[in-house]
Amino acid sequence: MIKLNGKERKVSPGTTVEQMLLAEGFTLQRIAVERNGEILPKAEYASVVTADGDIFEVVNFVGGG
Amino acid sequence: MEVHKVLTEEEIDALLIERHGPENHRKMKHAHAAVAGLGGLGSNIAVMLARAGIGSLHLVDFDKVEGSNLNRQVYKMKHLGMDKTEALAGEIREINPYIKMTVDKVKVTSQNAAEIFRGDRLVCEAFDVAENKAMLVNTLLAELPETILVAGTGMAGYGSSNLIQTHKRMRRLYICGDGVSDIAGGISLMAPRVTLCAAHQANMAVRLILGESEA
Repeated sequence: MIKLNGKERKVSPGTTVEQMLLAEGFTLQRIAVERNGEILPKAEYASVVTADGDIFEVVNFVGGG
Repeated sequence: MEVHKVLTEEEIDALLIERHGPENHRKMKHAHAAVAGLGGLGSNIAVMLARAGIGSLHLVDFDKVEGSNLNRQVYKMKHLGMDKTEALAGEIREINPYIKMTVDKVKVTSQNAAEIFRGDRLVCEAFDVAENKAMLVNTLLAELPETILVAGTGMAGYGSSNLIQTHKRMRRLYICGDGVSDIAGGISLMAPRVTLCAAHQANMAVRLILGESEA
C-alpha cells in the first residue's frame, strides 16, 4: 500500500514510480513528484520501485499564466 | 504640464512604515524574490511585491510585449515591442524607483534554470506552458536545496473566484490556482482570474517573507 496525494493505493510489488504514475493517468512532463518528503527527479521515475508505505505527493500543472 | 513628483526613498519608507509597521517593513525591504515569467501572473506578482515594499526583485522572461498581452498583463500600448523585462522594470521604477532589480532576458530551460536562479531563495513560478512550469519546479527543487517555490496552476476562464486557492503541496512548494482550468481546454485567460491567482502567489510570497509558512 502506498499513499498518493493523501489517498491509499494498492500497487503490485515491483511497480516502478513511472508505471504507477501512468496508471494513475498523469502526463509525466507536466508533474512534479515528491516521494517521502523529497523531490524525485524525473530521470528516476523509471528506475525507482515503489515500496510499501511510500508517500507520494504529485502536483499536476495545467497551462496558463 | 506639471512634471510629476518623485518621492525620495525616505518618503516611501515612511509611508510604508506607517502602513505595515517598522518590523514588517524592514523584513520586506530586506527581502528578495525572483519572478520566472512576466506574463499575466508574473507581471502582476512583481508589481504587487513592489507595492508591498520588497527590496529587490529578479525578473526573468525572454519575450517581448505583444498586443495580445494587454488583456491581462500590466503592460500598456507604449510597451508594445519592448522586452518584457525592460517594460516591467520601467513600470516598477515608477512605483518605487529604489527597488533593486536584476533582469534576465533569457529562455529558461532545465539546463540553465539552476544557474539563473542560483541566488534566489524565493521564486515565483509564472510561466504559461504546463511543461515549462513542471520543468522549472522539478529543476529548482532538485538542484537548489534552499529555494522555496510559489507556483500557479489553473486560472483560465471565469469560473468561481472561490476555487482559486493556495496549498502547501511539498516541503518547498506552494501551489496557487484551481488546479484544473487549462488553456488547452479552449477557455482563454482573463484578467480577473489570472490576477487573482497572481495575488495568491504574491501574498504567499509576502507571508513567507514575514515568517509565515502555512498556506
